[in-house]
Amino acid sequence: MGKRYETVIGLEVHVELATKTKIFCGCPAAFGGAPNTHVCPVCTGMPGTLPVLNKKVLEYAVAVGLAANCKISEYCKFDRKNYFYPDNPQNYQISQLYLPICTDGGVEIETEAGKKTVGIHEIHMEEDAGKLIHDEWEDCSLVDYNRSGVPLLEIVSRPDMRNAEEVIAYLEKLRMMIQYLGASDCKLQEGSMRADVNLSVREEGAEKYGTRTEMKNLNSFRAIRRAIEGERERQMELLEAGGRVIQETRRWDDNKGESYAMRSKEDAKDYRYFPDPDLPPIVIDKAWLEEMKKAQPEFRPEKIKRYQKEYDIPDYDIEIITASKRMADIFEETVERCGQPKKVSNWLMVETLRLLKENGMEPEDIRFSPENLAKLIKMTDAKEINSSVAKEVFEAMFDRNADPEKYVEEQGLKTVNDESALREAVEKVIAGNPKSVEDYRNGKEKAIGFLVGQTMKEMKGKADPGEVNKLLREWLQEMKE
Amino acid sequence: MENRINDEMIEHIGILAKLELSAKEREQAKEDMGKMLGYIDKMEELDTSGIEPLSHAFGIRNVFREDEEANGNMREDVLKNAPEEKDGMFLVPRTFEG
Repeated sequence: MGKRYETVIGLEVHVELATKTKIFCGCPAAFGGAPNTHVCPVCTGMPGTLPVLNKKVLEYAVAVGLAANCKISEYCKFDRKNYFYPDNPQNYQISQLYLPICTDGGVEIETEAGKKTVGIHEIHMEEDAGKLIHDEWEDCSLVDYNRSGVPLLEIVSRPDMRNAEEVIAYLEKLRMMIQYLGASDCKLQEGSMRADVNLSVREEGAEKYGTRTEMKNLNSFRAIRRAIEGERERQMELLEAGGRVIQETRRWDDNKGESYAMRSKEDAKDYRYFPDPDLPPIVIDKAWLEEMKKAQPEFRPEKIKRYQKEYDIPDYDIEIITASKRMADIFEETVERCGQPKKVSNWLMVETLRLLKENGMEPEDIRFSPENLAKLIKMTDAKEINSSVAKEVFEAMFDRNADPEKYVEEQGLKTVNDESALREAVEKVIAGNPKSVEDYRNGKEKAIGFLVGQTMKEMKGKADPGEVNKLLREWLQEMKE
Repeated sequence: MENRINDEMIEHIGILAKLELSAKEREQAKEDMGKMLGYIDKMEELDTSGIEPLSHAFGIRNVFREDEEANGNMREDVLKNAPEEKDGMFLVPRTFEG
């Protein structure tokens, strides 16, 4: 290839909001449920029904807009986007085209190449569609409207990204920001965050953008990275061969590692948007906007500063803990209950991160409560359990939020502080391991480790290793004398 | 003015509206829509510069509901409106895009 190409990428990100109910009716917005159990006449598009906007949706939209440095529209309204498809019972989706809630913002991202700002063209509110299930046997489709009417924010970036690293940095930034706001859990796998990638290539130095394609069905950062690289190659090869890129929507198949054009409808996209007469306009006056600004939570930069002042833990720990709002919440709530920020941080940084990684989970999936973590730390401090038992208890907490007190009780893991039982065990171990005793007395310091281990075994792991160590040394010393 | 609705356009509108029109119906629709456009042309004679487009007729604004669950499980009632149902879902002709 002789020419050098530049990739130009813009993103449309859909985020499902964490409201209790749907955007225009009081049906639960929770994920899952048996088919069509979260439905009513409004979200199934029955004639004569009236949608009414969930105030929380508007508040979340404004909060995300403020966090992304957008202008908040004083006056905004909803429009109907018309199309026929069975997942959309009204034959139109209620969305915002002409006057979206937020416009002209941007977020700063950081990659190895440095910092840059990715512009945000607009953010608008809209409703999700139902789910179609294709029945292979009966040659028909089945529709579940539980998702129909679940509130979405669509965040449309400017074509400011140039490679997969920037795209992922941008998505991670958005995700963290939105999680800090509590506006969504932003899980790509579960579809509560979805990204469509608009990509074109152009010769380096060219002023005009090339023709772009839109890529759908990207449900992991890995898929996004591969799809970007694949589509860039595909477009460059087309151009090199003297062809041209066709503006189309393509679907990414992550198993095959390639994309294919979605069947283009015989008619071009023609949604015939018009204002929705069922929904009156929204006017946000200065006082209300100020109120919403004041309600913005603490974001990561402020949190990092506060942690540095309030907690005596290393900057590295602060960096990791504040990278996830959920992690930070657990940290703060646990410290509030048992103090000892460094110990709390250690449980999060070591055992929690290890188990998350092993189970392919994210911090949002953590099940144990701060109450239980605080209990565990207190029990360890009081030497009610030793550190290896604590790890076992923690695994049970991580798995099912087990109550550490009950678990230790049920499993009989409490440290035995019975001096005579311990003495008995020590005596037995010393008598049974003359070789190690000899070694220790000849100055082989390491031998003590083996004897501690044997005593712990004798005590079925329920002794305090520090205590055992101390007792063994005393005993051996006495024997010497 | 009369010729603004041509055959091609009525075909396109028919596709968007998912209507299959006979030749006779098509001619009728062309004529009706031509008249509608004539009516719009009449309105366009008015000077509307400086007037904000109206999106809602009643002059009301900021109508919200609180984020409180109000609807229970209405599956049974809602499914009464399904042309056919299967496994608690609406059964429709096989539809697949992509």
